[in-house]
Amino acid sequence: MTAPALAASRVAKRFGAVVALDDVSLEVAPGECVALVGESGSGKSTLLRAFNGLTAVDEGTVAVAGVPVAGADLVALRRSLGFVPQDGGLLPHWTVARNAGLVPVLTGRADAGAAAAEALRQVGLDAGEFGRRWPHQLSGGQRQRVAFARAIAAGARALLLDEPFGALDAITRNDLQTMFVGLRAARGLAALLVTHDLHEAFLLADRVAVMRAGRIEQLDAPGRLMAEPATPYVATLLARARIGGSQA
Amino acid sequence: MSGTVPSSMLLVLAVALVAPPPPAVAQPAPPAAAPRPIVVASKPFGESFLLAEMFAQLLESRGITVARRPGLGATELVMPAMQSGEVDVFPEYTGTGLLVILKAPMASDPTVVLDTVTREFAARYDIRWLAPLGFENTYAMSVRTETATRLGLRTLSDAAAHSRELRAGFTADFIGLPDGLPGLRRAYGLAPVSVRPLAPGVKYQALAEGAVDIIDAYSTDGFLDRYPLTVLEDDKRFFPPYHAAALVRGAVARARPEVVAALTELSGRIDVRRMRRWNARLEVAGDAVGRVARDALAELGVGGAAALPSAATSGGDRPRSLAAYLWERRAAIAAMTLRHLWLTAVALVMAVAAGVALGLVLTRSRWSEPVTRVVGTLQTVPGIALLAFMLPFVGIGVVPAILALFLYSLYPIVRATVTGIRDVDPGVVEAAHALGMTPRQVLRDVRVPLAVPAMMAGIRTAAVIAMGTATLAAFVGGGGLGEPIVAGLALADQRMVLSGAIPAAVLAVLGDLALGALERMLTPAALRSRAAHLAGARH
Repeated sequence: MTAPALAASRVAKRFGAVVALDDVSLEVAPGECVALVGESGSGKSTLLRAFNGLTAVDEGTVAVAGVPVAGADLVALRRSLGFVPQDGGLLPHWTVARNAGLVPVLTGRADAGAAAAEALRQVGLDAGEFGRRWPHQLSGGQRQRVAFARAIAAGARALLLDEPFGALDAITRNDLQTMFVGLRAARGLAALLVTHDLHEAFLLADRVAVMRAGRIEQLDAPGRLMAEPATPYVATLLARARIGGSQA
Repeated sequence: MSGTVPSSMLLVLAVALVAPPPPAVAQPAPPAAAPRPIVVASKPFGESFLLAEMFAQLLESRGITVARRPGLGATELVMPAMQSGEVDVFPEYTGTGLLVILKAPMASDPTVVLDTVTREFAARYDIRWLAPLGFENTYAMSVRTETATRLGLRTLSDAAAHSRELRAGFTADFIGLPDGLPGLRRAYGLAPVSVRPLAPGVKYQALAEGAVDIIDAYSTDGFLDRYPLTVLEDDKRFFPPYHAAALVRGAVARARPEVVAALTELSGRIDVRRMRRWNARLEVAGDAVGRVARDALAELGVGGAAALPSAATSGGDRPRSLAAYLWERRAAIAAMTLRHLWLTAVALVMAVAAGVALGLVLTRSRWSEPVTRVVGTLQTVPGIALLAFMLPFVGIGVVPAILALFLYSLYPIVRATVTGIRDVDPGVVEAAHALGMTPRQVLRDVRVPLAVPAMMAGIRTAAVIAMGTATLAAFVGGGGLGEPIVAGLALADQRMVLSGAIPAAVLAVLGDLALGALERMLTPAALRSRAAHLAGARH
């Protein structure tokens, strides 16, 4: 049996007196997309950052492709995981081509330029046209496409996505979401998607985890979540988003 | 492209440090086998310049090699320099020795005062007082004759009675010295309605123009005869005696008896009228120090062939135009400008290297705020105080000048580096970490290049401060454009001041332009326009 792409088991994390994660367990299978939804401060971004070691957990274990994060070479681990933050996080003083080729260059790949160009092509940007531009010369949607290209250019098997569509207007968001679905299908990518938008979670994810105060309230496929909210909080959340049965 | 910032800064550092310093003043080099030159120093006022130049020319006429250090900051700077062996000969006044150096109680008997300083300087500092030159340069509290007539002022007691009608303009040290204003206040109850600190060179003009009503003139001032002044009598015999004499370092006096022999020829030969006349040639007529000293020695029948006057203090005749004056002295001005630039560049390069390094270390330290604040406090220390504090450790000359400029330049660079590095968009930094850049790569390839615009702003601020402050170097014999400024202020010679101030201003403008070009070179291409930088910071 293949190891899950991402796995967290009984994870806890405190920042001083604040409990950020409390006994959280979660697995993302290869090729699967799991969405983390919840309000600000519910712990979803903390959980996301536990997988690439930006957050060190206090208790429990976190593993990537079967390898525990604790004790792993974090630099090597991070280069094997894609990461897309809300604002893209492109290096403003590097060209689009150099941004996209960041990880292949870091790992010393001889074909870094070709890998970057191919990644740009897969997110819908022509390397010849856009490669030499500066990030500030792109639209917000184009910048996010470059951020996705950068995340996949080195052949990552799993992506960590922190509200990657959150800052975009509705039409651009829709385009980018469509691009993301195509990208996953083409590359067979696993993804952990943090979002505060239930519609987006239901649209893009195979399973949805609803988080509240550092705990996972329910982790289920969208259809099941809609049919059987496990807690009153999940039901309220669904109602507020006008998804599922009882209209509030 | 952008990862090369530290190495190019190192290159600049290397170039500036390897380049040899231009000479402090244009002086003929001593013959290779000659003994160490006798260093003759003065304080920054006309009479001190003149006496030191007379000492120097007299020694040179006896075949003794001399190095001139004219216009050292103040008594407090010269004494440590003499003790550390960097100054050998220096004109001083008995009263100053008693009160400022020995901090002894006031005394009014000239013989007692001379005995005290002679004995105590030998015992404490191994410095010899040669027999006094013959004149006394004491305080001559002066008012406009018109004021004296109107208020009926003849003595200091009279002035004290009219204190509330007098606005004072005193030199800064007089305001603080025990035999200055505080003592006058105690002895006479003299309490002027206002007290303005004035440079020695501008006091007379301020008094003549009515900006102030009473000044602390000196009894040998060349200006005394020029303006309609009344010197107030010291009717309570308050002021201690101020007999001028040559000080010679004990080691020099023992090893080079010919130095003492030559200087002693001046003992008892200069009376107050002579000194006042020579000072007038210097301060009123604007004759060059070298020329006045040569004529004075000739008048006394001592000395021989005239020596070359030092670059800082040789001037033309006053009636010539400023342009002609500057043109005549173009070689000396160019040399001083080069040296000014060199002093500033070395200090600045050191400050950039140390400031950026310190800033980078502090960025990740919880000591950042306290350390930055300490560095900032350094900047509030007045230049002369900083130099006086450093003197026992680093002496006089180029080293303290550069060290002071370095310390003054440090703060803006450290502050700009710390904030520049910290203010880099945290989202960009997190993404760089998250995609597998090592901390070193994040610093070198992300934080530093993105902080360059902020760091360069700090460096340019530091450069402006350093260029403005570099005139301080003149106070410790470090050379540069401060030399004619200090000497010109002391001699009330505006052309001389301008011959230092104009090139200094031009240098500041050109320096800022050059750093602007360097900034554009070092700034990553994408951040070169302001709009682009803002866009980059947001995304």
